Amino acid sequence: MNEVQAIAGRAIPLVGNDIDTDRIIPARFLRCVTFDGLGEQVFADDRAQSSSQHPFDQSQYQGSEVLIVNRNFGCGSSREHAPQAIARWGIRALIGESFAEIFFGNCVAMGIPCVTADTDTLKQLQAKVQADPQLPVKINLETMQVDCGGLAAPISISHSARQMFLSGTWDACGQLVANAEAVRATAAALPYMSWGKAG
Amino acid sequence: MSKGTLFDKVWDLHTVSKLPSGQTQLFIGLHLIHEVTSPQAFAMLRERGLKVLLPERTIATVDHIVPTENQARPFADTLAEEMMTALERNSQENQITFYNVGSGNQGIVHVIAPEQGLTQPGMTIACGDSHTSTHGAFGAIAFGIGTSQVRDVLASQTLALAKLKVRRVEINGSLRPGVYAKDVILHLIRKLGVKGGVGYAYEYAGTTFEQMSMEERMTVCNMAIEGGARCGYINPDPITFDYLKGRDFAPKGDDWNRALDWWRSLRSDADAEYDDEVVFDAAEIAPTVTWGITPAQGIAVDEAVPVLAELPQEERPIAEEAYRYMDLQPGQPIQGTPVDVCFVGSCTNGRISDLREAAKFAQGRHVAKGVKAFVVPGSERVKQEAEAEGLDQIFLAAGFEWREPGCSMCLAMNPDKLQGRQISASSSNRNFKGRQGSASGRTLLMSPAMVVSAAVSGCVADVRTLI
Repeated sequence: MNEVQAIAGRAIPLVGNDIDTDRIIPARFLRCVTFDGLGEQVFADDRAQSSSQHPFDQSQYQGSEVLIVNRNFGCGSSREHAPQAIARWGIRALIGESFAEIFFGNCVAMGIPCVTADTDTLKQLQAKVQADPQLPVKINLETMQVDCGGLAAPISISHSARQMFLSGTWDACGQLVANAEAVRATAAALPYMSWGKAG
Repeated sequence: MSKGTLFDKVWDLHTVSKLPSGQTQLFIGLHLIHEVTSPQAFAMLRERGLKVLLPERTIATVDHIVPTENQARPFADTLAEEMMTALERNSQENQITFYNVGSGNQGIVHVIAPEQGLTQPGMTIACGDSHTSTHGAFGAIAFGIGTSQVRDVLASQTLALAKLKVRRVEINGSLRPGVYAKDVILHLIRKLGVKGGVGYAYEYAGTTFEQMSMEERMTVCNMAIEGGARCGYINPDPITFDYLKGRDFAPKGDDWNRALDWWRSLRSDADAEYDDEVVFDAAEIAPTVTWGITPAQGIAVDEAVPVLAELPQEERPIAEEAYRYMDLQPGQPIQGTPVDVCFVGSCTNGRISDLREAAKFAQGRHVAKGVKAFVVPGSERVKQEAEAEGLDQIFLAAGFEWREPGCSMCLAMNPDKLQGRQISASSSNRNFKGRQGSASGRTLLMSPAMVVSAAVSGCVADVRTLI
């Protein structure tokens, strides 16, 4: 599995608090049995209403790999379609003031770090990238620092998520499956496993 | 670190191992799946050559995409039909029980599991749906998960999770007339914010919750996620046990008595330690309506849309965005706002007690001219029960449409959608931009009684005037 230690690339600033998963990928695009086409549909309604002025449509941000957001990004539904759409558009890491919990967990399982920084750092980052979209943003999970055009600031991520990225174990499935015997032992000790028709 | 809470006890009992990352491998006692977030998970299993470890611990139903009018197969929407077919095939190939349309057991996943007694105290529950928090009403610990995690549960019956902190949210006192569980949770989200609960499980405690029925508790726990908390729960008590007794999957005979002892032992200890505690007074809570584009943008029905100066600095940008999107003016009373569509239903408020309460206010009244109003029962059982009580006739006589069970216009992945700039009075859980199927559609969240009050008035109206 791939270790994720640092991600550097051009960045796209998306200003606003509480951007929910219905905005990231409207529900009508969830009518699918694969995630394949979602990259084109990311922020579909917001983009349609911004008459080409949405950052995801602006030419200067095409090819960006880092998404800079604000507070409580990804709130709302558990739909993994939201981070899948962002990732399939080309984003490999997010930095924001805070992330909704299920969104964050979905990103970990996909190998996409969501790191946090303080309000001022994010405002500065967004302003720097708006002024010069060519500026690379580097998110380093080893040094826990973000660098962009002379700005260097500390970043945070939960200890366990950081370990999973650095060691390349962000896809937990293999580890979980390997413990099947311990799983059965835990289950056997739970009284409800033998109750009722579901038992 | 919390200690001695129900959350701690259930977490410890379900811990399989500590993973190298520091996360816990947590056993999941009940896994619920539906057509939207599961097909890709089954595809991932096939790609990796993995099997479903304990198929008897997963239950499937179909809810998000089912039409609530014409349910004949194949569905008119070919994409919906493809999702339905995928779920049928995946369930069959993996020996998973599937409650299909017409089985008598189908419905919104968070309605059917409790009504069949699948949801029980002390369980861990997961579902690829953020409103899985609903099941916490029974003193279960229930997580909304994404599709990669659905894959993990299918393959291993476990999740890799970091332990949450526990906040005790205490409310005491009786609710005033016309005030419902929905108003309680909208009030809490207003006070604690949409991200206040991130990193926490919420333990709802105090006499207000103790007096609530199970269905009211489900309404509260359902919207824990709207306050940022992935889990919300209420300690099990005699009301919980009375609700469960005799249901299909509830323990029977000697098992029942053993279950009671075990469930009682799981309650948070009197000296339990919490990471945080907040206290509210039920008397403060009025019928509540959202005016904006996040569930925290709520006000009492007799209040006005807040002006910027009243709001904390950090809330102002999203308030300005909400004024524009909703086309509501700061300082304007919310009462009297005209509505186009009125929707009673959803995993928040589509249970039999919700329909009874709605019918009480619909009886002898009529939907206002120009308003489209419809009632969508949460499950086939709820529909059958409502029809046996004649609620469907009350709604039809009052000019409401009476539909088949499903998620309907809560998220509009089916034919039930707002059109253009329409504004809805909705008993659902989210008022996000575009949530109800039109990219410019607008949603006002409220209790089912308040939805009926809006339907018969043609505008947002205080249900207390109808009592």
